[in-house]
Amino acid sequence: MAETATRSKSATSGSKGRRSGTRSGGNRVQQRQENTALASESPEALRDYFRQMSLVRRFEERAAQGYTQAKIGGYCHLNLGEEATVVGLMSALRRSDYLFTNYREHGYALAKGIEPGKVMAELYGRTTGTSKGLGGSMHMFDTEVGLLGGYGIVGGQIPLATGAALAIDYRGGDEVVLCQMGDGTTNIGAFHESMNIAALWNLPVVFVVVNNYLGMGTTVDMSSAESELYKRAVAYRMHGERVDGNDVVAVREAAGRLVEHARKTGQPAMLEAVSHRMKGHSVVDPAKYRSPEDAEAAREADPVAAFRSQLISAGVLDEDGAAEIERTVQADVDAAVAFADDSPHPDPATLFDYTYATPVANDSRRLPADPVF
Amino acid sequence: MAVITYRQALHDTLREEMLSDENVFLIGEEIGVFEGSYKITAGLLEEFGEKRVRDTPIAEEGFVGAAVGAAMLGLRPVVELMTINFSLLALDQIVNHAAKIYGMFGGQSNAPMVLRTPGGGGQQLGATHSQNIELYYAFVPGLKVVAPSTPADARALLKASLADNDPVLFLENLALYNTKGEVPDELPPAEIGKAGVTRPGSDITIIGYSRMATVATQVADQLGEEGISAEVIDLRSLRPLDRETLVDSVRKTGCAVIAEDDWLTYGIGAEIAASISDGAFDYLDAPVRRVAAAEVPLPYAKPLERAALPSAESLHTAVRQTLDAVGHRR
Repeated sequence: MAETATRSKSATSGSKGRRSGTRSGGNRVQQRQENTALASESPEALRDYFRQMSLVRRFEERAAQGYTQAKIGGYCHLNLGEEATVVGLMSALRRSDYLFTNYREHGYALAKGIEPGKVMAELYGRTTGTSKGLGGSMHMFDTEVGLLGGYGIVGGQIPLATGAALAIDYRGGDEVVLCQMGDGTTNIGAFHESMNIAALWNLPVVFVVVNNYLGMGTTVDMSSAESELYKRAVAYRMHGERVDGNDVVAVREAAGRLVEHARKTGQPAMLEAVSHRMKGHSVVDPAKYRSPEDAEAAREADPVAAFRSQLISAGVLDEDGAAEIERTVQADVDAAVAFADDSPHPDPATLFDYTYATPVANDSRRLPADPVF
Repeated sequence: MAVITYRQALHDTLREEMLSDENVFLIGEEIGVFEGSYKITAGLLEEFGEKRVRDTPIAEEGFVGAAVGAAMLGLRPVVELMTINFSLLALDQIVNHAAKIYGMFGGQSNAPMVLRTPGGGGQQLGATHSQNIELYYAFVPGLKVVAPSTPADARALLKASLADNDPVLFLENLALYNTKGEVPDELPPAEIGKAGVTRPGSDITIIGYSRMATVATQVADQLGEEGISAEVIDLRSLRPLDRETLVDSVRKTGCAVIAEDDWLTYGIGAEIAASISDGAFDYLDAPVRRVAAAEVPLPYAKPLERAALPSAESLHTAVRQTLDAVGHRR
């Protein structure tokens, strides 16, 4: 059973998730259990999860490369090591459901359905990017697929996601909001205020904490008095549970159950997905603060490699099939890079085009050296 | 034409907008059951129900952010922040989020919302409940900040703010809620970003906003009796700032005094003075004066509070001194 903290009236139950979340994980033991769980999904779905996880992996590796080539500026936070969580969560959503994320969101943008070229073009700061090059790595947005923003301020997305759920409730819609955040975010005031509001007003939002045990270089144990983060939900009489974030099928099952429960009842929930961050906080972080054992554990837990071998040993894929998916994904990422590289930079003449949605008298359009009069 | 209070003008306009657009809803602390800390929303819960008049926990960041998120999906929230002092608890959602939604995502989304909040001292509320910190918001591109001083402007600017597709900080003032004024029955929305010449004159320009715009008018009346023709400009909008109207006036009068309830150093008046320097340097016959609050955490004791805040007397003094300086030069 998954670890759960729940109020008695919650209808969520029957979790098939595995016990997980200890830092050193016991990956091999879990694998045996996962092979049996694979039966709950169609081979096509499983192969597509593998394709998407491989896409996120290759995309992020190319993003890191683009950053070192100075094609990408600013901050660049990667989803490496979190592919199972990303794909599991996104596969639980309908296209019409809304997603709010933090600044580590390239993978979410891809898995929610944005073309890789648009995502890469945003990293390259081009007009064809998800935010026309105005947002960058941390601020992807796409109305078509319901990605209502990556947000660079820790915790900033939580009140917004709660408000989107309020709008759904106001209109009687059947969409659900998924609000992704990192482990460090659970200590900011906005988390508490929004969890309380969502539970108080019965809003259809699922708060997902991606716990990779590191907020930059600060561990969960250094920052959280209750380090089993899903237990925070109890304070709001909200259902909370923890799932192995390295297991795409388990994440999909748990997220799907909570999302559909929110859709039916309007009740929010909290899901903690425990995984590893394979690299530093951002591309430029060498992560010297990590112990060799911890870094090795992250490498060993590689969810893409683990899922690949699970699918092969379960007969869902053979070696050639896996290699073929990897070649396709590589081609997709190559095409994304070419698309980004060939796309135009924004024209400085457009600098003032997006300050206000409603044009306003006396709006300042002055460049730094321009006189005021 | 009716003579009503500033409070009544806000209440009536909110009610009308709620009747005409079901996407408009009110959200804030104590606005429903308690009928508003300053009773602007009196009766609206009873008329519209809990969906449209939503009482919140004491969680400014949470409910302001929720309003931003709801606005992103097309609702038109009107947030009441009990006083502007408490807006600081929602600063991240206002400055880092509401103000950025439209630009940061390349125009794909926006946050059409109104943040109503009163500033103002003079009620013996002490240092943390008496501030005039509208500057914090007027500083931020992506926000619009309006500051009506009369019941008619309150109505016209609230209509404009609700029709606007951007986040608008709507500055009220504790001392204005009971003031009365004529409000035409058919009043078109005001134009955000425009100042008003509320009293034409030729000898000196007095520039104010919110409460100090009404004080400026009183002082102009008194100056009129003294044979001085003062032109009064009510900024009405702090962002954008209507520099043209200010500068046109000062080019005519040759001198200006700014009346502001906030602190002087780096305050709204500093920007106005700089704008006058930019646009009317050759026309100035005297330095631009600023009448602003003393730079202290506002004390509770009445004599100290009175000494710290700008008033009709202090504004009158500054105007006379400026005219004296002009007299020496002309």
